[in-house]
Amino acid sequence: MKVETKADARPAVKTGADVLIESLVNQEVDTIFGYPGGAVLPIYDALYRSDAEFQHILTRHEQGAIHAAEGYARVTRRPGVVLATSGPGATNLVTGIADAMMDSLPLVVLTGQVATTVTGTDAFQEADIMGITTPITKHNYQVQSAYEIPRIIKEAFHIASTGRPGPVVVDIPKDISANPCFDTDEAPFHLPGYQPTINPNPLQIKKLCDAVQKAKKPLILTGAGVLHGGGSDVLQDIAEAFQIPVTSTLLGLGAFPGDHELFLGMAGMHGTYTSNMAITECDLLINVGARFDDRLTGNLEHFAKNAVVAHIDIDPAEIGKNVHTHIPIVSDAGAALKEWKRQMKEGPDAHESWLAELHESIKENPLWFNNPPEGMVAQWAVKHIYEATDGDAIVTTDVGQHQMWAAQYFQFKRPDRWVTSGGLGTMGFGFPAAIGCQLAKPDEKVIALVGDGGFQMTLQELSVLQERNLPVKIVILNNQALGMVRQWQEEFYEERYSESLVACQPDFVKLAEAYSIRGVKLETREEFESSIKGLLESDEPVLIDARVIQQENVFPMVPPGRGINDMVGVKPR
Amino acid sequence: MKRIVTLVVQNRSGVLNRVTGLMHKRQFNIESISVGRTEQDGISKMTFVVDVEDHRKLEQLTKQLHKQIDVLKVTDLSEKAIVARELAMIKIVSNASVRSEVQSIIEPFRADVIDISRDSLSVQVTGKPEKIEALIDLLRPYGIKDIARTGLTAFSRGQQPQASELTQFSLLK
Ligand SMILES: Cc1ncc(C[n+]2csc(CCOP(=O)(O)OP(=O)(O)O)c2C)c(N)n1
Repeated sequence: MKVETKADARPAVKTGADVLIESLVNQEVDTIFGYPGGAVLPIYDALYRSDAEFQHILTRHEQGAIHAAEGYARVTRRPGVVLATSGPGATNLVTGIADAMMDSLPLVVLTGQVATTVTGTDAFQEADIMGITTPITKHNYQVQSAYEIPRIIKEAFHIASTGRPGPVVVDIPKDISANPCFDTDEAPFHLPGYQPTINPNPLQIKKLCDAVQKAKKPLILTGAGVLHGGGSDVLQDIAEAFQIPVTSTLLGLGAFPGDHELFLGMAGMHGTYTSNMAITECDLLINVGARFDDRLTGNLEHFAKNAVVAHIDIDPAEIGKNVHTHIPIVSDAGAALKEWKRQMKEGPDAHESWLAELHESIKENPLWFNNPPEGMVAQWAVKHIYEATDGDAIVTTDVGQHQMWAAQYFQFKRPDRWVTSGGLGTMGFGFPAAIGCQLAKPDEKVIALVGDGGFQMTLQELSVLQERNLPVKIVILNNQALGMVRQWQEEFYEERYSESLVACQPDFVKLAEAYSIRGVKLETREEFESSIKGLLESDEPVLIDARVIQQENVFPMVPPGRGINDMVGVKPR
Repeated sequence: MKRIVTLVVQNRSGVLNRVTGLMHKRQFNIESISVGRTEQDGISKMTFVVDVEDHRKLEQLTKQLHKQIDVLKVTDLSEKAIVARELAMIKIVSNASVRSEVQSIIEPFRADVIDISRDSLSVQVTGKPEKIEALIDLLRPYGIKDIARTGLTAFSRGQQPQASELTQFSLLK
């Protein structure tokens, strides 16, 4: 019997690896994404011997593991846990670590390291992962003795998941995980240099309340901070009470209901015209948990020039970094919104003319696309997926045109159902992230909307769908091109399509079938319309190769270097 | 503008790398660094002289430094009354005939001769960077063989003057 075997295999004295597994159990870890190798053999052995309840998901590449952990973290708001070996295992994680750092996702990344006896000798599979990850982690540790493991793991989870979330790397030399460990540091963690400000200064909130009273054209901008802080409900209460219109960053989508009459759509480079004009014209811009990233702001010289700017952010370094801020509020977004609601005065004069102006603008400048008589455009397909699911799905995307179309046409009604790589813009993210989401939320419908380019960067994870029979729905918006690159070449490089048209590609249906996954090719609107709902409702994994017209561009658009008040492609061309 | 920024840090491996890497990434030019232990076990102090464009950049720098888990305290000393010193050792070409001449040059600087060989002489001097520069200039005609400087280290004076008097105390303006 397996249980007996496990007990038999257990050494009389715990090893560092056993202590590590216990520490993870203490953190209530339920899922680890990983890939074994020499330097983590002791850890994998301890995993094998352990009775712990958690599941280990063997991805087919470390990058798949870390993106899956990011997806898991995004929808649960709990740290995703990754385990990889030293050297190439660890360096394969680098893209995901940088991605998580940019998008403030909590991760605890465990990497094996060569034994301390050979550290620094260019030993087999040695890489200076501490040096490599220092600029792309919230913090990193190299374990110096097994004694420290319980404390370091506690600290790592605490750092990853509190304040502004982010990735924490814990590098564990092989001899430390392999050797017996007689004594451990059970002390609570000690982080005198880390005390994030969670609650707002009530006086600053008062200033915000006063500004709201005075404002004639107020606007709320939501960022992912609202999601991390669990502030969506309170935000909705406030916006409704004061009738303040709301726009969002790419990552903040879902923080406020996408189908709400106060919602103007996403702002920024491919945001709605109305959102960008609202930012340009508002007299009070209340940024809740966004970082004024350049894809949002465009040329700063034209950004919110008429506005008093209030900025709620848990990271003081974000306040005033890009945009001059009049009312800085260092706080968790959820806590700040609660305090705002508490101090909220009677509603100011309704901003009727402001809202009327914006609603008029929405009517005048809706998102548009051309629907040619033959063939299918991706925007139409995304819209149909949204309608077929009634928006009730977790959607992950890759990076490119399809990502922007998903952001434009999917109206997220609830928080934590939109998973996309914003800050780093990592192709290859979408599909493995969907695996992490599905494992975290087995009862939800998870759709990976991907491009034919990005999907091919991490498609090896089809094997995980097959193995676990995870009902992820992969929709490849297949334009046989690196669409976003092609678009920029069309717009700014006089249609010199350098290396962006990729006619040669695998038969995606056969590819799916090679993994015993159902694959379907949909080439016409009729085919798509008649089958999409059924396919998305299946409880099996499905890969849909949706053939879309290549020569389509994402509009409207703020051309690079211009202000967000200066969009092109607002009206149908 | 030049600023003196001191950090109190937990003496963990990699902390210097983290701090200098951050400055590099955010494009702050480091003029000098000095690092040493403090009176407390496990706690070190770093003194940086950095060149920053403007106050907004400076604020970014201190905030970003503060975010580092191992950084306990960040102080911008530039606006305070401070005591700041650097140590330099200067080796010059010198034979017996010029030794007494050199001696008379270095005396007003309260510098010491710390090593003599047949054809060279080494001087040690401490003080503010301007003083060290001045001495180096005076010794240059003899032929400088080598210079080693520690970089500036600093802390605030026990008593701080009123804000209005600050400029005359501050070192780097
Ligand atoms: C790892 C990585 N390499 C390159 C890029 C640059 N890039 C951004 S979008 C894009 C094209 C993506 O093509 P595809 O996945 O087919 O999606 P589409 O734009 O066609 O929807 C490229 C190459 C990137 N974002 N990430």
